[in-house]
Amino acid sequence: MMSDDKKEFWRWKEYNWRDENKDWKGAELISAGVDVGSVSSQAVILVDGELYAYSNMRTGSDSPNSARNAMNWALEDTGMTYDDLHYVVGTGYGRVNVPFANRAITEIACHARGGNLMYGPTVRTILDMGGQDCKAIRCDERGKVQNFLMNDKCAAGTGRGMEVFADLLSIPIEEVGDLSLEVDEEPPPVSSTCVVFAKSEASSLLREGWSKKRVLAAYCSAMAHRVVSLLERVGVEKDFAITGGIAKNSGVITRLTKELNLEALKSKYDTQIAGALGAALFAKTLMEKQRKSA
Amino acid sequence: MKANYGYLDGSGEYFITIDTDLCIDCKDRGCVDGCPGGLFEIIVDDYDDEVAAIKEDKRKKIKYDCASCKPASDRPPLPCVNACTPGAITHSW
Repeated sequence: MMSDDKKEFWRWKEYNWRDENKDWKGAELISAGVDVGSVSSQAVILVDGELYAYSNMRTGSDSPNSARNAMNWALEDTGMTYDDLHYVVGTGYGRVNVPFANRAITEIACHARGGNLMYGPTVRTILDMGGQDCKAIRCDERGKVQNFLMNDKCAAGTGRGMEVFADLLSIPIEEVGDLSLEVDEEPPPVSSTCVVFAKSEASSLLREGWSKKRVLAAYCSAMAHRVVSLLERVGVEKDFAITGGIAKNSGVITRLTKELNLEALKSKYDTQIAGALGAALFAKTLMEKQRKSA
Repeated sequence: MKANYGYLDGSGEYFITIDTDLCIDCKDRGCVDGCPGGLFEIIVDDYDDEVAAIKEDKRKKIKYDCASCKPASDRPPLPCVNACTPGAITHSW
């Protein structure tokens, strides 16, 4: 008999964080950013321009609720309410549906701005590997976008594609990257044109006797190859950094940096909050501008 | 900023690039009326500048919308490129 509780291997851990040493009550400016992505939503709160709290959770079917849930979770145990937020910027796929946002800004601009803070002003190329799209962004030393390229036509090369593979192979998504590196020899990549084709190709390879690790290696390699072609179109300039959920997948990142022959910068910040962090930084600037002109 | 609108799929790369730094001072806005497919619009970007962009609903099908301006042989100059006086528009295919 089949069990009703099917394990969801694609499901990644949701979490929130706050700086317990920081007291926000005397703050002059509290700004926030909400990134409602196609797969995950993040809310970031800055107190006088410094990171105070954030949350990261899955996006539901309703963008306004996803935004509210992410913000409620970031506010949890802080004693802060929506009224204490001076300015909020919404970004991401659902940015126009953030009910408490003062303004919506594209995730491209926000990732560049967030990446600038996370990786420092030397970063010039940012690759955002999101849930259902992939963005190659060139920016200046202030985090202003100079050139960008987005591919959102297909899930191959995105976080959702990786989730599909984790489920197909019954391997928890957090372990996919490391396991894909445990192969003696790098297999040829699977189809990178479409995640549905890649999935059926992977099923055939499993039937041929390929190990799960080898199939994962072939998919991570295909994903890396696909985003390299995107990056080459905008041109990769040092320093290079990666944001988004896939930045946590060592299998893709190792292959990607090897193919680019370029190391990716490391950051103490969570790579998934780059968009929301950038939005919160925009919120801070916009509030300051508003106060000046008042 | 160079904004690339379009996509990459199994059949190739289809991008229209707009150099928005050239757009900012443009008075003509010729692209909006110059494109027979009506792909262009003027938007206020994230940095509060008025620039040209490809309409959201057109971005994933530019290969097809631009096809009528791109015959296989004797290709004439593209109307959008011609209409853009600052020379901000380029096509990748």
